[in-house]
Amino acid sequence: MKTLLGIGGSDDSLYALEKAIERAKEADDDLTIAIVENSDSDMTEADLRDRIAAALGEAGFDADIESLSGHPGSQLLELAERGSFDRIVLGGGETSPLGKVQLGSISEFVLLNAQTTVTLIR
Amino acid sequence: MTREYPATVAGPYEPPPRTFLDREERPIAIRRYAEGVDTLAGMYTAFDPEDRAQGIPPAREDQIRTWLEGLFEDDCVNVVAWHDEDPIGHATLVPDGKGACELAIFVLGPYQGAGIGTELIEALLGAGREDGIERVWLTVERWNGAATALYRNVGFESTDTGNFELEMAARLREDAAE
Repeated sequence: MKTLLGIGGSDDSLYALEKAIERAKEADDDLTIAIVENSDSDMTEADLRDRIAAALGEAGFDADIESLSGHPGSQLLELAERGSFDRIVLGGGETSPLGKVQLGSISEFVLLNAQTTVTLIR
Repeated sequence: MTREYPATVAGPYEPPPRTFLDREERPIAIRRYAEGVDTLAGMYTAFDPEDRAQGIPPAREDQIRTWLEGLFEDDCVNVVAWHDEDPIGHATLVPDGKGACELAIFVLGPYQGAGIGTELIEALLGAGREDGIERVWLTVERWNGAATALYRNVGFESTDTGNFELEMAARLREDAAE
């Protein structure tokens, strides 16, 4: 399967990074990791590239890495169509102080607009 | 992101305790809550899964207990509505670490639509104000018209973020003098 993981640096996206690599390794999936712009995150693209390299190194797995500029949701969808991906994988949302799950704006956009199956990692 | 709070102070509402007859003539008492996890865990175990919102209350009892322990930490505000000896509603304020509090309210199914939510949230806001809390926010699913109307009635205004959930905020006190 061809899987596209989108991460922007939020905590849930970093968790999704680890889980998606684990899963892709188990299933021997073809994984592409797309770095998207997330204005709510303090992590730079370089930070994220380091983080991805470390996670891949630890897992002993290889993935393509792409940086997407512009509107993160639509750029992810565009890449998913262009690259004929079977699945888009994203973080499953942040938790509020009270414990409410709150989906990020990127997940919302992708869920509503994707033609591809979308998986949110919890 | 910076959240815009209303310029005017909501209420102000009287802190608990308060007692009243609900629309079905049941005597209801609202008090600050200090009875610990067990009593409320019982109420949440009986909670109808369809009344869950954004993942809370959690489904399993051990998850409910862990969640409640977080709500009973220092600086949180909890008020509970009682019908005789039974807790039938709970409202809570939890500090967000950024100078404001997040609000949530739950009323057991058979007690919904009887005016208890309004009394409960007013008592909670009164208690929060008494404790010096200045600003409160919440999120609510956009389709939940009953909840949204309740929040508007007690002084919350939409701080629209364009997300799935509607975000609303209320001011309990004027900002402290600079």
